[in-house]
Amino acid sequence: MIALLIRDLRLAVRAGGGFGLGLAFFLIVVVLVPFGVGPNTQLLSTIAPGVLWLGALLACLLSLDRIFALDWEDGSLDLLAVAPLPMEAAVSVKALAHWITTGLPLVLAAPVLGVLLNLPVEGFKPLLISLMLGTPALSVIGTFGAALTVGIKRGGLLLSLLVLPLYVPSLIFGAEVARRGAQGLDFSTPLLMLAGITCGTIALLPFASAAVLKVNLR
Amino acid sequence: MSSIWTYANPKKFIETTDRLLPWISVLALVSLVVGLIWGFFFTPDDFRQGSTVKIIYLHVPSALMAINAWLMMLVASLIWIVRRHHVSALAARAAAPVGLVMTLIALATGAIWGQPMWGTWWAWDPRLTSFLILTLFYLGYIALWSAIENDDTAADLTSILCLVGSVFALLSRYAVNFWNQGLHQGATLSLDKEENISDVFYFPLLVCIAGFVLLFVALVFLRTQTEIRARRTRALMVRERMS
Repeated sequence: MIALLIRDLRLAVRAGGGFGLGLAFFLIVVVLVPFGVGPNTQLLSTIAPGVLWLGALLACLLSLDRIFALDWEDGSLDLLAVAPLPMEAAVSVKALAHWITTGLPLVLAAPVLGVLLNLPVEGFKPLLISLMLGTPALSVIGTFGAALTVGIKRGGLLLSLLVLPLYVPSLIFGAEVARRGAQGLDFSTPLLMLAGITCGTIALLPFASAAVLKVNLR
Repeated sequence: MSSIWTYANPKKFIETTDRLLPWISVLALVSLVVGLIWGFFFTPDDFRQGSTVKIIYLHVPSALMAINAWLMMLVASLIWIVRRHHVSALAARAAAPVGLVMTLIALATGAIWGQPMWGTWWAWDPRLTSFLILTLFYLGYIALWSAIENDDTAADLTSILCLVGSVFALLSRYAVNFWNQGLHQGATLSLDKEENISDVFYFPLLVCIAGFVLLFVALVFLRTQTEIRARRTRALMVRERMS
């Protein structure tokens, strides 16, 4: 499992594009928003939590089709399927690798970009906590979507369509945590819901993804 | 020995539905015509909403069927996963576009009603939002069906998507509820008699709902038959090309 994780991380870093792509996209979204809505600091600090969450989500979406596509093309996915490692574990490791290469950098970059959007000081901690808790769910759900569309040529659009509604609950609760935090309100309820969603997806979705992959490899 | 699973045989299914289909269609037509005419022309206007209240005869049944269609697809998918009856998978496939249309009818009639009543075509209200998400689920499901060439693979993948989607649909429902308290009024129909609307509106509404249910059943039967026949034709054509 660890070998697989290290291999995936190494591939992500060396193959180029995949690693920085999400970050660059996140940066672009956040930089372009003030141009779109105007440089009014009051307005920007109101919408900052939502924009940051949305940017992180879209950046995550962007890199999803890489999770299985390359392994599918060169046949290493078949090898993974016949390896002694259960498919569920392989899928979980893939999701973890995706989170380390896209989710984690997004979490770390969010405070810096929060400054650009004039996020209130109290908002930084809730934003970080919510992204830290929420982005793993995005990776796991995305892995499921990628597993569904792995056999389809040009499945990118389909992948986004499938994953989009599944992301809605995480986005709602995550952005709610960040917004309440920025306004100095109590944010424990949405935070618990977000944590619940993440735990639930991590516990259950790898089984669905593994089943789907097995169907696709049949 | 006849159990319900004998209907999983495509031939038996087509025979049975062929016999049932005319009856169901006529019943659906009669109850829709009766219900809608009764509702539109023979019920009084509401004292507050005026004649716009009559949109409920389309809005409520279609919204109800939009959710029940997904529920039916969920059951059919489960049957496909557990017992692998092809008719079940095809029925789920046949139901999806019908459900999508029901969702769109509910959204459209809601918008038409909301414009004069709430002063807006669209509001980010929990029920509206969750219906929009339901529309996305239907679209994704239909798109996945049509993107995969092998029928059995497609059936497997879409059933798993349907299971996962159901969980997330439920989750979204509560998420949007939490997210925003909206304009939508409470339940029009419930088992709790106190909350129900008055009988004048209630009975034509029931007839309309019966009409929509029957219409849905008829459409799903018809579309499932078409799917089975299309699959047979394809098999025949393949055999012809081989010989």
